[in-house]
Amino acid sequence: MEIGLIALAIILATLLGWLLKQSFNTQPWVAEAVGDTAHHGPFGDAGNSRLIALVTFLAVVTSFFALILSAYALRMELGDWVPLTEPQLLWLNTGLLVLASTAFQWTRNGAVKGDASRLKPGLIATGLLTAGFVAGQLVAWQQLQASGQYLTSNPSTAFFYLLTGAHAVHILGGMYVWARATFRVFSGTAEGGPVRRSIELCTIYWHFLLLVWLVLFGFLLST
Amino acid sequence: MSYVAIADRDHEQEHHDPQTFITKYIWSQDHKVIAVQYGITAVFVGLIALGLSAMMRLQLGFPDTFSFINPENYYQFITMHGMIMVIYLLTALFLGGFGNYLIPLMLGARDMVFPYMNMLSYWVYLLSVIILVISFFVPGGSTGAGWTLYPPQAIMQGTPGTDWGILLMLVSLAVFIVAFTMGGLNYVTTVLQARCRGMTLMRMPLSVWGIFIATVLGLLAFPALLVSAIMMLFDKTLMTSFFMPAISSMGEDPGYTGGSPILFQHLFWFFGHPEVYIVALPAFGIVSDLLSTHARKNIFGYRMMVWAIIAIGGLSFIVWAHHMYVSGMNPYFGFFFATTTLIIAVPTALKVYNWVLTLWEGNIHLRVPMLFAIGFVFTFIHGGLTGLFLGNVTIDLPLSDTYFVVAHFHMVMGVSPILVVFGAIYHWWPKITGRMYNETLGKWHFWMTFLGTYMIYLPMHYLGFQGVPRRYFAMGNTEFLPESAQTLNACITLSALFVAAAQILFFINVIWSLTRGPKADPNPWHATTLEWQTPDTPPKHGNWGHDLPVVYRWAYDYSVPGYPEDFIPQNVPPTEAPAGREHEGND
Repeated sequence: MEIGLIALAIILATLLGWLLKQSFNTQPWVAEAVGDTAHHGPFGDAGNSRLIALVTFLAVVTSFFALILSAYALRMELGDWVPLTEPQLLWLNTGLLVLASTAFQWTRNGAVKGDASRLKPGLIATGLLTAGFVAGQLVAWQQLQASGQYLTSNPSTAFFYLLTGAHAVHILGGMYVWARATFRVFSGTAEGGPVRRSIELCTIYWHFLLLVWLVLFGFLLST
Repeated sequence: MSYVAIADRDHEQEHHDPQTFITKYIWSQDHKVIAVQYGITAVFVGLIALGLSAMMRLQLGFPDTFSFINPENYYQFITMHGMIMVIYLLTALFLGGFGNYLIPLMLGARDMVFPYMNMLSYWVYLLSVIILVISFFVPGGSTGAGWTLYPPQAIMQGTPGTDWGILLMLVSLAVFIVAFTMGGLNYVTTVLQARCRGMTLMRMPLSVWGIFIATVLGLLAFPALLVSAIMMLFDKTLMTSFFMPAISSMGEDPGYTGGSPILFQHLFWFFGHPEVYIVALPAFGIVSDLLSTHARKNIFGYRMMVWAIIAIGGLSFIVWAHHMYVSGMNPYFGFFFATTTLIIAVPTALKVYNWVLTLWEGNIHLRVPMLFAIGFVFTFIHGGLTGLFLGNVTIDLPLSDTYFVVAHFHMVMGVSPILVVFGAIYHWWPKITGRMYNETLGKWHFWMTFLGTYMIYLPMHYLGFQGVPRRYFAMGNTEFLPESAQTLNACITLSALFVAAAQILFFINVIWSLTRGPKADPNPWHATTLEWQTPDTPPKHGNWGHDLPVVYRWAYDYSVPGYPEDFIPQNVPPTEAPAGREHEGND
């Protein structure tokens, strides 16, 4: 469970540091007029709220994957574990996901600068690369099965399918939001601000899932 | 800002429009309506779980008397009672119910930050409840694996409900977690983003602090339950061996290889222990506000209370294995978890001292919510003290499988939060419905519930010391037990039925209040927090009319010297009332 605990400690330490900054040295029993420290009103900055919700969600997803890895590490110590030989194709898939993340960043930078010409090619490239990653993962599954390594063959293969599957589901969830933004850009119904915000948040999500994949992949390779 | 327009609209006009009725009360995005929906659904499943516990008690008190209770459905009753009470009632009611109602109102917001997702959260929760209830009616019935669902028996032949019951249970839990995550993201974002001007974090009422930290715990801990549910679904349906050891079932080999049931226990309790505090922290927060309001005194040690909530939340993640002392763990491991378990008693005890010191020399009004809040302090101290027993490995080992454990966790996590739930319902009832309840009925309800639960659980500790085993359908030939143990068990059953029947008073009160209860004053308790300062009672959609409130002081300016009233609402500027105190304590 160490992995779960480490991830949790990082999340909680971040929250704690922020809380300390907010509450240190305050004297709540003293009434005072509202000064500069006043908080923005409700719905003041909807985009910021979405960012906070996204970051909170990423903490939930971190906890989810860290706990599966914890289970992986515990299960590995038992006698029936046979290490898995990962398909070489995963390297190519990793490359595709890195490119997808890069393409999203490029699109995002364009959107932030107000360069609308990057939106369409950027979004399409991101979509294709990401779809390529998911398809590549499916091919890797087929390669494993062709070599006789099924879900029930060994706990190591079971964890492989579970981890890659869970990661792909998160990618597909992101693809849904990507599809909405892309549809809005292409149908011309997009207003600059909301679509830009959407692309910015998607980019964070893509980078996060790339990071998760790199950790998972590294874990799979080293075991 | 379309909600302002709705808030200003004539109330009667809306009633003629059925479509408005549906958007207003069914597909509502208003946090107050969603809160009530959560509350009603949770209380409804809670009543099912209460009925199940009555059936269990009938069997234990009067064995061989009731032909409709057999060992199979006894275990189904146990399982569903536990699961419903912990997750579908308490978690949903404290966070989905009170969290939804109180966070925007106490923080001076018009609604949750994402109202649509909030609505979705309720409907997904309802779906999880429906899946859960369906599992009673599938072939083989609901699962009888115990609320902890330990493998291998949870999915092996011989346990009730291994065909469909366990599948629906796991799916229902996964759906519940989705619902909770949607709600939780909303609560966290609203607390961080939508506070009104002047509402700094350290001016938030402790109710919001408790709900906020509990939500953070839930968001981080529920994934552990999700992971274990998914992996067990794999083991059950796809024959993987995450948890399932090589095992022979009814003379046949089901095909599992060397999985680890202990791994499931780790994952389950990594969720399961924080879950205790997901329920307890909102209760802590709400009790603090009830005690302060009805004792007309500021909460003692506000900042300490906040940090105790945070410390308990953090520590709750490193005590999980104290539920597993009997799993054959390394003694050093047990020593570590015993230590962390005893450490968590420190911030918890601080809170109890501060509650008592808040009452000290207070101007105590023994109204119904206050009775429930003080009742909580009693039951929580008793439940907490037996926790110190069980937190020690050497004491836990002999007691672990006895009624002592049942008594402990019901006292600390059943009775205590439920007393807070009732206290909170009575406290905020006038604001939620705009009507008063019957004070006398409420007091009868309290005393019958409070004394009745003691009649149930105090003798249960004694039975535990005698070694009466828990989880048993019938005692059989247990010669080391005196006959009086059975007599005591029968008394406990009678008390349990008495307490269950006493809850009828609550529902009579609800109906009485809704039909002929007098109209409530907007601020009947003379409370300082923002929800009592709304322009309408009950608050309309958008909560605050045209202008949002501005906060100038903390939530605990009760009995401030030099002010004619004994309370100063949070939105009264320092130019109109004393600018607070010189120090935090009593004047």
